Formats: sequence, structure tokens, C-alpha cells
Amino acid sequence: MIRLGQSHPAEESKLRRFALVGLLVGTTLVTYGCMPDTPNGEGGTIASGTAEWPSSFSIGRDATAAEIALLDIDFGPDGAGAPAGSGSVAEGKAVYNVQCVGCHGLTGQEGPNAALVGREPRDGFPFGETRGIRKTIGNYWPYATTIFDYVNRAMPMTFPGSLTADEVYAVAAYILFLNEIIPEDAVMNAQTLPAVVMPARDRFVPDNRVGGPQVR
Amino acid sequence: MGSISRRAMLGATGGLIAGGLLKTQADALTVAEESAGPQTAQADPTKMMGAPTSVLGQRAPGEQPRRRMGNPAVTSSSRTPIEELPGIITPADLHFERHHAGVPAIDPDRYELLIHGMVDRPMTFTLDDLKRFPAESRLCFIECSGNGGAAYNRNANPERSPGQIDGLFSTSEWTGVPLATLLREVGVGRGASWVLAEGGDAAVMSRSIPLEKALDDAMIAYGQNGEAIRPAQGYPARLLLPGWEGNAQVKWIRRLELSDRPSMTRDETSKYTDPLDDGTARQFSFVMDAKSTITFPAYPYVLPERGWWEIRGLAWSGRGRITRVEVSTDGGRNWAPAQLQEPILSKCTTRFRHVWNWDGGEALLMSRAIDETGYVQPDLETQIAARGEGTSYHYNSIRPWRVEPDGRVFFAQGDGG
Repeated sequence: MIRLGQSHPAEESKLRRFALVGLLVGTTLVTYGCMPDTPNGEGGTIASGTAEWPSSFSIGRDATAAEIALLDIDFGPDGAGAPAGSGSVAEGKAVYNVQCVGCHGLTGQEGPNAALVGREPRDGFPFGETRGIRKTIGNYWPYATTIFDYVNRAMPMTFPGSLTADEVYAVAAYILFLNEIIPEDAVMNAQTLPAVVMPARDRFVPDNRVGGPQVR
Repeated sequence: MGSISRRAMLGATGGLIAGGLLKTQADALTVAEESAGPQTAQADPTKMMGAPTSVLGQRAPGEQPRRRMGNPAVTSSSRTPIEELPGIITPADLHFERHHAGVPAIDPDRYELLIHGMVDRPMTFTLDDLKRFPAESRLCFIECSGNGGAAYNRNANPERSPGQIDGLFSTSEWTGVPLATLLREVGVGRGASWVLAEGGDAAVMSRSIPLEKALDDAMIAYGQNGEAIRPAQGYPARLLLPGWEGNAQVKWIRRLELSDRPSMTRDETSKYTDPLDDGTARQFSFVMDAKSTITFPAYPYVLPERGWWEIRGLAWSGRGRITRVEVSTDGGRNWAPAQLQEPILSKCTTRFRHVWNWDGGEALLMSRAIDETGYVQPDLETQIAARGEGTSYHYNSIRPWRVEPDGRVFFAQGDGG
């Protein structure tokens, strides 16, 4: 979920992005030729077959705010659009021991499915160097908000989407506590969860592969 | 039932139809479906009538390729038997699968695609709406970014077939509406730079896609090899991102949200990121680099005799066209250009061939693909040096196959490959 018009921490970066996107959209306008306020063919060629295109095909219908609200379940690291609700570590333990324990084990490490808990190795980030290090929420997970987003949409496996927002915040709190990232008395909600700094927060970098002779 | 008695039965059925005893079309269809089943081979097919036409064709009885199943079946994968397929197109029922919470059963009459967020006009499109827009077809591969993980190992299991190693890879003709056409309809808002793509399965799969790709060659596809997309490939509609990792090409697509930042979903943070040996992890590593593999001869095939054989395989690149494939039969000391089979399409699979006179001695077969950017498929050691031994995803190193003097062929990672 995004909010239009909200302030962005890096205005300069936003301007750069806008310039880039403006260029991209501009390219598309030229390609399609008939976009409103765009002179046909100016500065480029019109792709074959699209010259006859109207400004809109009038196919499809406007989406209502209620329809959007029903589906718009995601929120990102900044927490914009995070649902109301809250959950404590203790509440999360109760939810976890009913809903999650069967697949993830009593301590979040036993499986049989993904290990959720584990900070080792605490020094460095040797996942690329060394084969077989177990990736967990504690050691290979850059944003705490992703716990809520993923559990909310996909968990528990057999009844996905069945947990309340309070329960999801609580489970996130418990998992973060088991990973020694938040204290036992912490409460997770739309403000506190995005503020959690994950151990692997700064380890993720953009793809630098570009093709050509260099192997990266 | 033997062939003769079956023919007799079919002859009797024909008589019933000719005699007007079957009154409805439905009855006739039932007969046709029953008679289309596998038959045993006839002793002399020129001396008796063949089977009648049928409403749905079937494979020859002796040609029954199957996907290789993963475990557990609901949350894992099945692999295309690439060594059993002679062309570049993967039959839809053999397209690899990788699901995160099973295959949903979506009612096409209730299906809708919502596009919202940083757009001028949030809109919803039914399946009929999508089909009504100007359509486009293109051939391209889809490859899981974890494909070939078993080969990223100096001590890989030699008893692995090409499909077992690289079968999370399939090629289809996809038909649909370019995503750029839909985005033109809703109007891209100022500042938008990412699109969150979300599926309607039980995982509500979600990935953030750069708007640049969405406007370039992305498609909302509803057709696959001349028919509706199969449920396992995203029925009734999926996101298609030519040349990019399969996970980002969200199946059962139900929602696209334009934004000015990625959402940082699980599958673009803790999964589908590539840890490197410099203490970082590569994120949004979408493009599948050039890769090739020999599909014949390869395990478990046994060459029955020395002499002329054609080395055959597949090559592909997510960055454009394959320009060259080279084949070595001596472990990479000498390389010869392979013959490339037309069509050679961008972000699609290209078949290569190289005739080889096997002298009956041990041979180490390799292929390496080169794409239009000049990228050369690296060997395993080069890739390990660039990324580290523990990296994950995008395993595109050279696949070596060892032919032994008795004709047996083994996957030979660790033999100098």
C-alpha cells in the first residue's frame, strides 16, 4: 500500500527517479503515438498498427475504493498503510504454539519447514562464502515489516489469511523476540514494527550484472 | 485388448453410427473419446482401417514423457524432462511447476485484474476485457532462478539427467495483452517507478517489478501454446517477464499496484536474493544470464556403439539472442561452433547441434552459450570465483557430461568442468 503525496525522506533521489520514469513513460508515448497531449510521431516513429489506437479503448471499469481496500493488503518497510492492531511477545507465543509450531517447531528452529530463528553466525554475513548456512529471520531478513506482510498473506499454510491483524503483529513480536532482536516486553504495531532494525538490514545490494563479457 | 479385437469393436461401432442407432451428438462424442485411447501397435497398419477422429488427441502409446516430481508436491516443484523433447516448445502439460501454496482453481467468470496505486485511474479488468485489448504473442523461456542448483557443486551427483538438473525451465508461445497497453489505459502516475505484482493463489505471491520492465516487454498472458494457460502456469492469466526469473512472473495475477518503491516482499528479500562472497546479497537479480546444456547424449543414455552421433542441446539468454554456442568433446581444450537451429529469438530457447564421431574412448562433452551482449557462459570455477561457493540462485555454469568407453554418460561436474 502506498500513500500519494506523503513526504519522502530522500527528495533528491525521488526527483532522480521521477526523471527516469518520465523518460520511460515518454518513450512509451512515442511508441503508441496517440496518447493525449502527445504530438503523433514527434521525435520518433509510431509502431506499426498502433497509429489507429484511440487515447483509451474504454475497456474495463473504474475500481472502487472499497474494492481496492479489500485487496490492498501489502505494506512496505516504511510502514505506510500498515493496519491498526497490536500484539505482544506473550500473545505471539500463544498464537505461535497453536498456529505455527507444527511446521516451524517449538523454538522456530526445528522445522520441518523453514527455520525462523537463529542469529549465527553473528560476525559478518558469510552466506556467499560458505555453503549451507541456515538462513533465518534473524540472520538473512532485511525488514521486519516483511514478517507481517508474509504471515498475513500466506500463513498458516493450511489456513492462509485466517489470522487477525493483532495475531499477526503478535506472531511477528514473538519471532523477533526469539531472534533476540526485540525485548520480551515489546509490543508490535503499525509504528513499532517498521522501526525495528533487522541484523541483515544493510546487507542487500542492487543487482550489478549487466551482461557483456564480465562474469559477476 | 489386442489390436485385432479392438479393431473389430471399432468396426462394430462404425456400423452402429452408420445404421442411425446413435441419436445424439453427445453419444457420438462419447464413442469418439473412447476410441481415442492408446492402442497397441498393429502388425501391419496398411491392411486394416485406422482409428477414427477424436475430440481430443493423445500421445503415441510409447511416447509418454512425464514431469519429475519434487517433494512435498504442494509447495515444491515438478521438472520438465528437457532431454525427451525434440524441439524448443514445451508441451503445456510438461511445463515445469513451482508453486508456493499449490495450484488455485480460479473461476474465469469471476476473475478480475485490479491495477491501482500511483495511477491516474484505478481500474479493474475481467478476463474478457483482457482478451479484448490488442493482443500479442511471443515465444520465450521461463526458468526458475533456482534451476540447476544441483550443478553448483564440485562434487555433484553424476547420476543426474539434464531434466533433473535443469528441468525448472520450459519454453512456450505466450499470448496476451502487453502490460504497457494496460498501463496506458490506467495512466502511469508521476513518480511511479515500481509495480507490485500479486497472485490470487493461497500464497498470495507478490513481487516488486521495476516499472521500466513493465513498460518494456511485460505481458499479461492468457494463452499458452495455442490454448488457454494451464492452471499450473497461472490460469486464467499470469504476468510474463521475458528473460527474467520465473518467480517474478507472478501466476494467477490479480493485482498490480504502482508505487515509488519496492514492497520488499519475502520473495525479494529472504528468498530469491543471491548472497555473494563480499558479505552482501544481490537483490532484484531478475535477469537469467546466458546458459546452455547438452541434452543428448547425457545421463541416463548409453551410447550403443562408436561412430557418428549428433550432440544436441538447448541454449538461452534472458538478455537477448543467442549468437553462438560452442561445443567441446575434450573437456574444454578445444571448442567448435555448433549449428544453431532457427528461429533464434530474443529471450527464447535456441536449439544447437554438433555432429561428433565418437572413437569409443572417454570423452568430456561441454557446451557454452554466448549471447548478443557478448556474455560467455562461464565454467563453475569462474562462477564460484565471482560469487562464492555459498551463493544461491542463477546457476548458469557450463554443464559437463562424461562419456565412458562402455557408452555410459554421466554428469561430470568435478571432472574438470
